[in-house]
Amino acid sequence: MSSLQGTERSALATVRHGLSLTPEFRKGLAGTLALAVVATVGKVIVPIAVQQTIDRGLKGSVPDVPYIRSAVLLCAVAVVLTALCAYLMNVRLYRVTEASLATLRVRGFRHVHDLSVLTQNSERRGALVSRVTGDVDQISTFMQWGGLMIIISMGQLLVATVLMAVYSWQLTLLVWACFLPLMIVLPRFQRWLSGAYTLVRERAGDMLAAVSESVVGAAVIRAHASEARTAERLDAAIDASRAAQTRAQRIVATVFPVTEIVAAATVAGVVLLGVRLGVSGEMTAGSLVAFLFLITLFVSPLQTATEVLSDAQNAVAGWRRVLGVLDTPPDVADPGPDGVELPRGPISVAFEDVSFSYPGGPPVLSDVSVEIPPRSRIAVVGETGSGKTTFAKLLTRLMDPVSGRVTVDGEDLRRIRFSSLRERIVMVPQDGFLFDGTLADNIRFGRPPATDEEITLALTELGLADWLEGLPAGLATPVGQRGESLSSGERQLVALARAYLADPDLLLLDEATSAVDPATEVRLARALEGVTRGRTAVSIAHRLSTAEAADEVLVFDRGRIVQRGPHAELVRQGGVYADLHASWVAAARS
Amino acid sequence: MASKVTSAVMRKGLRVLGVAIRAEKAVFTAAVLASALYGVMTVASAWALGWATEHVVLASFRQGGVGGGALALGATLIVGVSVLKAFGVAGRRYFAGVMQYRMQAASRRGVTRQYLRLPLAWHHRHPTGQLLSNASSDAEAAWAPLAPLPMAVGVVVMLVTAAVSMVLTDPVLALVGFLIFPAIAVLNLVYQRRLSPLATRAQQLRAEVSEIAHESFDGALVVKTLGREDEETARFRARAGELRDANVAVGRVRGLFDPLLEALPTLGVLAVLLIGSMRLESGAVTPGTLVEVAYLFTLLSWPIRALGWVLAELPRAVVGYERVQAVLSATGSMAHGHAELRGEAPARLEIRGLRYAYGDAEVLHGVDLTVEPGRTVALVGPTGSGKSTLAQTFVRLVDPAEGAVLIDGTDLREAARGEVSAAVALVPQQTFLFDDTVRGNVTLGLPVTDEEVREALRLAQADGFVGALPDGLDTRLGERGASLSGGQRQRLALARALVRHPRLLVLDDATSSVDPQVEAKILYGLRDAARASTVVVVAYRMATIALADEVVYLEHGRVVDRGPHEELIGRCEGYRNLVTAYEREEAEREALDEAGTGTPGAATGAVTEETEEEEVRA
Repeated sequence: MSSLQGTERSALATVRHGLSLTPEFRKGLAGTLALAVVATVGKVIVPIAVQQTIDRGLKGSVPDVPYIRSAVLLCAVAVVLTALCAYLMNVRLYRVTEASLATLRVRGFRHVHDLSVLTQNSERRGALVSRVTGDVDQISTFMQWGGLMIIISMGQLLVATVLMAVYSWQLTLLVWACFLPLMIVLPRFQRWLSGAYTLVRERAGDMLAAVSESVVGAAVIRAHASEARTAERLDAAIDASRAAQTRAQRIVATVFPVTEIVAAATVAGVVLLGVRLGVSGEMTAGSLVAFLFLITLFVSPLQTATEVLSDAQNAVAGWRRVLGVLDTPPDVADPGPDGVELPRGPISVAFEDVSFSYPGGPPVLSDVSVEIPPRSRIAVVGETGSGKTTFAKLLTRLMDPVSGRVTVDGEDLRRIRFSSLRERIVMVPQDGFLFDGTLADNIRFGRPPATDEEITLALTELGLADWLEGLPAGLATPVGQRGESLSSGERQLVALARAYLADPDLLLLDEATSAVDPATEVRLARALEGVTRGRTAVSIAHRLSTAEAADEVLVFDRGRIVQRGPHAELVRQGGVYADLHASWVAAARS
Repeated sequence: MASKVTSAVMRKGLRVLGVAIRAEKAVFTAAVLASALYGVMTVASAWALGWATEHVVLASFRQGGVGGGALALGATLIVGVSVLKAFGVAGRRYFAGVMQYRMQAASRRGVTRQYLRLPLAWHHRHPTGQLLSNASSDAEAAWAPLAPLPMAVGVVVMLVTAAVSMVLTDPVLALVGFLIFPAIAVLNLVYQRRLSPLATRAQQLRAEVSEIAHESFDGALVVKTLGREDEETARFRARAGELRDANVAVGRVRGLFDPLLEALPTLGVLAVLLIGSMRLESGAVTPGTLVEVAYLFTLLSWPIRALGWVLAELPRAVVGYERVQAVLSATGSMAHGHAELRGEAPARLEIRGLRYAYGDAEVLHGVDLTVEPGRTVALVGPTGSGKSTLAQTFVRLVDPAEGAVLIDGTDLREAARGEVSAAVALVPQQTFLFDDTVRGNVTLGLPVTDEEVREALRLAQADGFVGALPDGLDTRLGERGASLSGGQRQRLALARALVRHPRLLVLDDATSSVDPQVEAKILYGLRDAARASTVVVVAYRMATIALADEVVYLEHGRVVDRGPHEELIGRCEGYRNLVTAYEREEAEREALDEAGTGTPGAATGAVTEETEEEEVRA
């Protein structure tokens, strides 16, 4: 389920709204259009030259060579000027569209980051990416080709029609009568074609998915000897893709030559009627021949019409999707310069009757009220789905409560500037996502100005100096895409170091060391105990010792805090915590 | 130097085209014949128009009327020629498409067949992204010139026909054509040569922009929690700016050459008019000829560019073709023997002097190990000690560099194809699910009944959530099983192994995402049901280790010690440190509590201890 804005605007309103967001595009548009008009008018030079040559140059028995020479020279100058205008128009168009679309891309990108995690998670990652890549590309194709073609084609038809009407209104009517039915059926052809191409894209996607399975799942396929079955699936997907391509090509191959035949029929009709008109003295031979050349001006717009129409549709769809992002207000908004800046120092947190539910879903947290005093060490425990992670996300303002409020040092979280909030409260999520770069790059992400010495120091303070030494290139070790060159435990170590380097006043760990081997985890827990002294620390715990070390344990069950207090006391009380404790003990010992 | 390289590329490119033509002789012939028809008819249409101008239009203007026969003939000529041309165009496009798509599909089938045939070690040497693009974009690029190829052949026919017809009508006008058309062809070639590297760079940057967006959105939580939106936006903006500049560079070249290519034939027509009218003066040509040649120029100016398209696609095609060929010619498939490993009884596993290296880095330095039939052995060791690599050799995902893996005394390399996977099942650390139904994911094509599938799911503690899925066993899981949690995916992967009733079951940290309570149920279930299996389990958790008859402790790619857990705890320091880390920590904490906080703390500690011990016994 997408929670991005579905823009219901009409195509025209969408484009208008889109253009209003890229003011750069409108700058100098008039000049570009004027150049386009000149470039279009230039297309009738050849028919006029032919007409003039036949009618005036060849009048009488001897050709009027000097007249033809000056006419041809004039036309040649016009051709060169037209080409120059076309060049200038193209360059202007590319510069302006690319500049404005780059801006749009960056705005879209930034906006995706400004959306709340809730909105981000409602979309597939790939879909979000395409809103700042493929969708913008489609708009740019349209602006540089399709949109221009529409203007040029319209202009071409208009100029050709005007010139034709000057030569003979009867023949003009005939030409339009021949081409009009084609113009009416073309949109139908286009729908037919775009349906075929949608299928081509879908089949290509299926095929890529199948290939990707055979590559990514190579180990499983070998381990269970399912090569034959995989080969069958691959062949089916490859063949379905080929069949869809062939079908689309068949449609293209049959539709396009139709314009060719219509054009020829029109030429024949023009010759027949034109001769009759000529005989009765209503038109000259030159203008009749010029007509035959003018008809070619009708053919090319119609031959590209289906492509132009698809292009326009894609562009409008692209605009809609890009605007869908930009028009979605960030529901967790930064108060910006009006917001409160918190002074540095130990942090206290209070949840006041906080409830949360996902849109349309059951409550995930219900009336949670709790106070976390400064410098305290809190463990949050509970079964999967009890609301622990939601609690963490509300505390770091990744989401806002549906009702109630969360305060930090007495200030409502919603009033605190993001720049201040993100500096003081840092969460380490369970999945330690790393960027493709070196180890140092990734740790420095927590505090960009940090030097290599500071990074090494941070790792040493966390008790990870041995691990660092064991790495082949130390801080310069590349971590690979998404950090996949490291083990999942090592990724967590980097994520933790990254957060520690950021030097927050409240550190929130969401099962941040769950994949680390026991000996390392214990070392790390000790180090953390030392380095977080004097700060507020909240840990979502997945094992006993974290809870035991905490000043206070918050026990979550079905969206409520059902027990709270020091570990020992809670064990004595029995209930949810005692059960949880028992299962931990069973897993850790035997 | 540069031109030498280019001509070499061109030669290679023509060879690639030759491969396709030989493979699809019939289709290519059909496409070329259709295209030749198109070429001849294009020239014929100019001739028909010239004929109509001379014998119908100008004749009737001169004589004040013309016979109905000439009118009908003129109209029939024009329409008839265009119908034939339309057939030529349709045939050319259709057969060119068929040929291109067939060749693409053939490359893709060949490449993916290799992916399935080549050993895993080969896969390890090649990044996933590269293998994906070999099968998709490289296969596409290799055969891309096939689309304009028949057209180009048709254009050659067209040019020859045009040249002959022009020479026949008037050699002087033909000379204008001989100047203009080669000029268009050369200009277009220059155009494509200039455009090609710029377009490639823009394409590359487009991919990079997309990669940054992908990575950044994937790491959105990290970006948000550390408040790094500005830095990320700056990173994206820089690359988007490069893309913008690259696109503008492409636009400049296009903007220059497109109008030039359009202007050139127009200038040709003007030249024809000028020179032609002078020739008219001497009576060498008729006005009809003039119109015919001028019209021919208008018609030819566009198709002639097809030659440039083919030549422009060739360098890219050569690269794509060579990449595809590299996969197709890769060797190093695993050799298989003839020995059988199937059976009912648990297998005996023996490892002799096993060494294994990733590239130059040896990770296993001579491992010796025996697991007697029906025994359960835990492989324990710190991260990076080589456990997973060792586990992979048991199912022959990789072959040892030295030494051997034997099942019941048979070297795995001597076993017949399919025998190893029939006898040994590995559940890997990283689960992989196919975009298929639950049933399909468990059976992977093995002919087993739904009853057996359900039994395997039950053993893997997956029957509960599978039962709750909307279509039960028929529920499709989506790409990589995205709809399931990590623990659920691991349990399906386990069921996949169990349904095969392996004689040796290898679990490589296969239950790490499963809740401890559920894991315990699985392990007890295995202990009871998997009597027919020898089990090797890679683990950290004490509960898992506790199920093993024996523990093998690995460190830095060597077996340091082996024996029952109780013995190892006593004598092997590394092992003790690893598995008792949590307990020792807790003990120290309790000791600290007792010493530090006095009686209340001590009392609490005692109570805790007792409670725990009772739980354990229960």
